[in-house]
Amino acid sequence: MIESIAQQPILAALIAMVGLGILFGALLGYAAEKFKVEGDPIVEQIDELLPQTQCGQCGFPGCKPYAESIASGDAINKCPPGGQSTINAIANLLDVPAPELDAEHGEEADLRTVAYIREDECIGCTKCIQACPVDAILGAAKLMHTVIADECTGCDLCVEPCPVDCIDMLPLTEGLKQWHWPAPQNQLDVIASDRSGFEAPSNEGRAA
Amino acid sequence: MRSTWVTPGGVHPPENKHQSVTMPIGSLPIPEKLLVPLSQHIGAPAKACVKVGTKVLKGQKIADATGAVSVPMHAPTSGTVTAIEDRPIAHSSGMSAPCIEITTDGKDTWIEHKGVVDFEHASPQALTKTIADAGIAGMGGAGFPSAIKLSPGHRRPINTLIINATECEPYITADDSAIRERAAEIITGIGILSHILGNPVNILIGIEDNKPEAIAALEPHVADTGISVVSFPTKYPSGGEKQLIYILTGKELPSGQLPADAGMVCINIGTTYAIKRAVVDGEPLISRVTTMTGNACGINRNYETLIGTPVSHMLAHSEFNEHACSRLVMGGPMMGFSLTSAEVPIVKTTNCILAPSYSEIPDDEPAQACIRCGMCAEACPASLLPQQLFWYSQAEDHDRLEAHNLFDCIECGACSYVCPSNIPLVQYYRSSKGEILKAREEKVKSDHARERFEFHQQRMEQAEKDKEAKRAARREAAEKAKATVAANSGTEKEGTGPVPGSAADIIAAAQARAAAKQVSPEEQQAKFERSIAGAEMRVQMATDKLAETNAKQTEDQKNILNAALEGAKQKLEQAQARLAEHVKKHSEQVK
Repeated sequence: MIESIAQQPILAALIAMVGLGILFGALLGYAAEKFKVEGDPIVEQIDELLPQTQCGQCGFPGCKPYAESIASGDAINKCPPGGQSTINAIANLLDVPAPELDAEHGEEADLRTVAYIREDECIGCTKCIQACPVDAILGAAKLMHTVIADECTGCDLCVEPCPVDCIDMLPLTEGLKQWHWPAPQNQLDVIASDRSGFEAPSNEGRAA
Repeated sequence: MRSTWVTPGGVHPPENKHQSVTMPIGSLPIPEKLLVPLSQHIGAPAKACVKVGTKVLKGQKIADATGAVSVPMHAPTSGTVTAIEDRPIAHSSGMSAPCIEITTDGKDTWIEHKGVVDFEHASPQALTKTIADAGIAGMGGAGFPSAIKLSPGHRRPINTLIINATECEPYITADDSAIRERAAEIITGIGILSHILGNPVNILIGIEDNKPEAIAALEPHVADTGISVVSFPTKYPSGGEKQLIYILTGKELPSGQLPADAGMVCINIGTTYAIKRAVVDGEPLISRVTTMTGNACGINRNYETLIGTPVSHMLAHSEFNEHACSRLVMGGPMMGFSLTSAEVPIVKTTNCILAPSYSEIPDDEPAQACIRCGMCAEACPASLLPQQLFWYSQAEDHDRLEAHNLFDCIECGACSYVCPSNIPLVQYYRSSKGEILKAREEKVKSDHARERFEFHQQRMEQAEKDKEAKRAARREAAEKAKATVAANSGTEKEGTGPVPGSAADIIAAAQARAAAKQVSPEEQQAKFERSIAGAEMRVQMATDKLAETNAKQTEDQKNILNAALEGAKQKLEQAQARLAEHVKKHSEQVK
């Protein structure tokens, strides 16, 4: 057998190649089963970048579904709470150009907000509790509700269902702890000798 | 003479230290009001333990430390607490923060206090506690609670104690003058530190060679104590913790490590004086040496200033000329920050108030484009690449900023100082650091929100499943009930056998359930009778009330009462009707 193969080098090469092919094929097949990645890893990565407000402004019931949709080719500019920085980050991840925020879904807010229930007006209907995507509202039927400010993502979803309109979205106040140095004003296009950009001191003030 | 090492970079700005050391440390009259901020240190703000109206004595504790990284506050003089509220404090943001206002009585009466003179026999733990209770936080500028630096639990035994007497920033002479006048007490303070840390092998006082008087003052006191005074060439910023450690020991602390990781403790020399006062004299930290300098002031000197003294009070006693002053700076010209108001108080970390004239510190010139000259990289004492950091900061490229070790920047301002284009480099770095820290915080928050959302989702799914299961169970039960009903009624009515799953089925099941729930006819009757009795009583009461108030009440109230009576009557009728119906039905059933 071996001798006859040795006498026919073309056949020997063929057998060797086919054998190797089968061997590596089997190896790859085994690896694909053994090291299978559950779910789509890109969805996880996109979900990491989304702000997790779960507000549904993108038209999906939460950030994860939107991440799934982006992974299957949806536009990446539908997330107003994330704003341009989120769009840029996703564009960077997917290696696509970063578009502007789609105004159809809302505008980027300057300040983060949290829901606040005016407690003496609350009738205890539990509608906001059901609407809250992150279980940040405490309360029970016919009992006053309140928002756990630390857990609230500012998604707005509890405001609409409230029958007595006792929920306000209050901007988060910036204290000393949150404060950080602002970026310097961009003056880089000003040439020191060129004063045309500055307002000339008014003479009226001096005359008076 | 010990050998010293030379740090990379650095600059030599005009020192301007001579103006404020011509006079000894002075003292100011006690101001009418003192404003003690609750957060003068790194860590959690203290919590006020006095109320408005409380009379306090000098040195009395007015705020407790909260948590591990925090220090208490003490009344700097005797007086009355007149407010505990938000006031503008000395902070680069110009924001307000909780403060305790004390209206002084001018008597300056001390609370009873006692120190430990033979501290060598006290346990390090007890001494550390004394230091913590005295509210001592690093007085060099950062304000880190000193007791924590001295606490046991170091990963390595401490073999080097470094006393930072560098005072490298221009204009500031607070430490210099304190050393000249209080060298003996400072050395005692170092002795206390050495005792707490288990007598480290090396005790080094690092001092720049531009303070020969201070060095001369220290020298006689350190003989035979094992403490060495190490002077090294003046260069800004030698006083940074990592820079000083390198200059004195030649060891470079890796990024992100603390001196304790390398078996060192680094303490400001002003703090050692405060520690001596706390331990030996039992006095908490209620005053400090602060330099008042700048050409806009007629008097340039150091003052022993009470914590909480308004800057304006200091200026008023220093022949301050408001019109000549370009800006008020707390700290030095390199790392200090402009004050928005002169009413802010001096705090534990305030080493200098600078009131420069327009010629000393002119307004910032407009920044021009970076010309890539590389002078900032040469000046950087942390061997960073300021230029690259600047570009990435503008591009908000956080990943690259971190990769270029933005957080190793000590914000000394050397790069901005040498920049020929006047680019406010440090401000870019500070802003980027803030942005990155904020982004990190938001990341933690959003991860938390995701977790909660996923849990919420899971919970809703579970609830839906449970509901479905219940529905299925009910359907099954209904079918069973229907089957039994059909079996029973099958004998009476023929041809109307159960059709499984039909509407009739469900109705039958519902009827079966209702029948099961129904109480016996006698109970029902009793219930109706009770409700009739109740309704009658209400009618009676309403009639009585109407009759009683008929005379004096207004028309509106009468109407209301009439309506109530009408309602009660209707209810009575309804109850009677229901009873009648029930009795009729019951009698039919009985038949």
